[in-house]
Amino acid sequence: MADTIRDASGTDSAGEDTGTERETGVHSTSTSTEVETRSEAPGTAVVRPDAIPNPGFPPERLRVTDLDPREEKKAERAVSLWFGLGIFGAIAAVAVYVAFPLGNGDPDVNRWTTFGIGMGIALGLLGIGFGAVHWSKSLMEGHDLVEQRHTTRGSEETRARAVEVFSLGNKESGFSRRKMIRNSMIAALVAFPLPGIVLFRGLAPREDPNELLKFTMWKKGTRLTRDPSGTPIKASEVTIGSAFHVIPEGLNETEDRLEEKAKAAVLLMRLRPQDLTISSGRESWSYDGIVAYSKICTHVGCPVALYEQQTHHLLCPCHQSQFDITREATVIFGPAKRPLPQLPIMVDDQGYLVARSDFREPVGPSFWERENS
Amino acid sequence: MVIASPRRRRPRSTRTGRRSTLASAALLLIGLLATGGAYAAFTGAAAADSSASASIRGANITDGQKLFAANCATCHGMALQGSKAGPTLIGVGAASVDFQVGTGRMPLAANSPQGEKKPRQFTDAQVKNLAAYVASVSPGPGIPAGKYLTGNGNVAKGAELFRINCAMCHNVAGAGGALTQGKYAPSLKGSTAAHIYEAMVTGPQNMPVFNDQNISPEDKANVISYLQYLDNNASPGGLDLGNLGPVSEGLFVWIFALGSIVGITVWLTAKSN
Repeated sequence: MADTIRDASGTDSAGEDTGTERETGVHSTSTSTEVETRSEAPGTAVVRPDAIPNPGFPPERLRVTDLDPREEKKAERAVSLWFGLGIFGAIAAVAVYVAFPLGNGDPDVNRWTTFGIGMGIALGLLGIGFGAVHWSKSLMEGHDLVEQRHTTRGSEETRARAVEVFSLGNKESGFSRRKMIRNSMIAALVAFPLPGIVLFRGLAPREDPNELLKFTMWKKGTRLTRDPSGTPIKASEVTIGSAFHVIPEGLNETEDRLEEKAKAAVLLMRLRPQDLTISSGRESWSYDGIVAYSKICTHVGCPVALYEQQTHHLLCPCHQSQFDITREATVIFGPAKRPLPQLPIMVDDQGYLVARSDFREPVGPSFWERENS
Repeated sequence: MVIASPRRRRPRSTRTGRRSTLASAALLLIGLLATGGAYAAFTGAAAADSSASASIRGANITDGQKLFAANCATCHGMALQGSKAGPTLIGVGAASVDFQVGTGRMPLAANSPQGEKKPRQFTDAQVKNLAAYVASVSPGPGIPAGKYLTGNGNVAKGAELFRINCAMCHNVAGAGGALTQGKYAPSLKGSTAAHIYEAMVTGPQNMPVFNDQNISPEDKANVISYLQYLDNNASPGGLDLGNLGPVSEGLFVWIFALGSIVGITVWLTAKSN
């Protein structure tokens, strides 16, 4: 179909019929002489007097299938071949599923089974699609058409009729006359969704979510243990340059293990003590160069554990925030706003690392009720 | 000791001469000493390999020293004390030398954010000699024992440990990933078991140390088994596209899926010829 979008605004705004049929199926060859030019000033646009005249439509080109019966036959065969491939694909998908069942424990077989099923189903639908499109393009009636664009605004007559229908409807139903019925109906419509809102409100956590966000599993005396085994860590085992992935003791036995881990996960590192810059008030939070920081990024809560033992930078893989462990996990790059919270640690009488307390500030990203968010 | 007595019985049938009553006791003693000695020598060597001992079997410390003086001492110092150009090697052990030189990272090609893996410059024997020399100056982690490098460990356990301790930098499929300021965690595909083990023990360059108290040698063997399983098995999900995550997958969809949609759209709207 040729692109024949033409501007009819000039004719309609004048409110009179200039003789052009609004929707005509005519061969482009015959319309080329009827090409209009703008007859009225189109707003503020500059109309050039030497504008190139509309050249009209090119002559219609017939398809090979219109001209050559052998080509037509060939296209017919191609279309049915596509539909045949569709049938083959659908049957092949079933055959693969039956012949090579999934879940036999061999990943390599599963891999080819899913591949075969997927390809079969895809071919099943694509065969129909390609066949149908090829049919319509090469064999169905295919003359060029010219369709004029409709104007957006309806005719005055149509508009007047629409207003008439509305006012008649209002009159017959009494919608604006019987105010009590109308208002009580509106009230009923407002009341209807209320149960849904109340029930959804009931899905919110029973506890105050603020408290959940502010505290973690760490308590005074909780041992630092290895993730995932849960075995306690002695200070002597953490050699310089080491990084331990740490969970609080007893985490594996809790009912909501993953929820607790998402808040309490800690990265334990040992640096040379002289490399650490410790602010006042935090002198007792580390032990002989061993420091523990929350693994939850203060930006949007990704686990930060890409520790570089020479530069002492900690990188968050999600948005490239970087924290400097030598300066109490200060943000040195990226979108994170606050340093990672430090877990105060000490050593118990058996040499194991234990927490001095919970984190002194909420871990993870900001939330509305957080102080200093 | 059990082997000794039947073997010694054979001469008795061929010879008729008399034998002292102490002979069998003496032979038993010799047999015991021989097997015990051989056992001690064998396990001693194995223990030396896995511990911080300086001795590496078949290594020539003198040759190692010469190699070191010619190739390493410019930066690391004649006495391994280090210089402005390179860190001290005191205490790094044989494992570190075997990793850094054995993977071609050392000697460095240039000053860059990271020493990269490249074709190595020394033969196996030379690497061994260098490692023996560095280990002879001061003790450090040794070259791992062969029993941890077989790849026959618990793949599932290794995978869990890998996901917790390694995957954040090296990617869950060991494909590697970017770090800060031009540094990166290299891909682990095709790495040898010994080099993986040594990297965990020594923490080369910016990698943290995972000592035997953090990840036991058996668990290190499990991690190695997982990586070798990945190397030897195709991805069950089909094309892995380098296992690089959303970037390579998104690019693939962008080019091939969107490309075919554009192609089909052009075909749909074009007039048949």
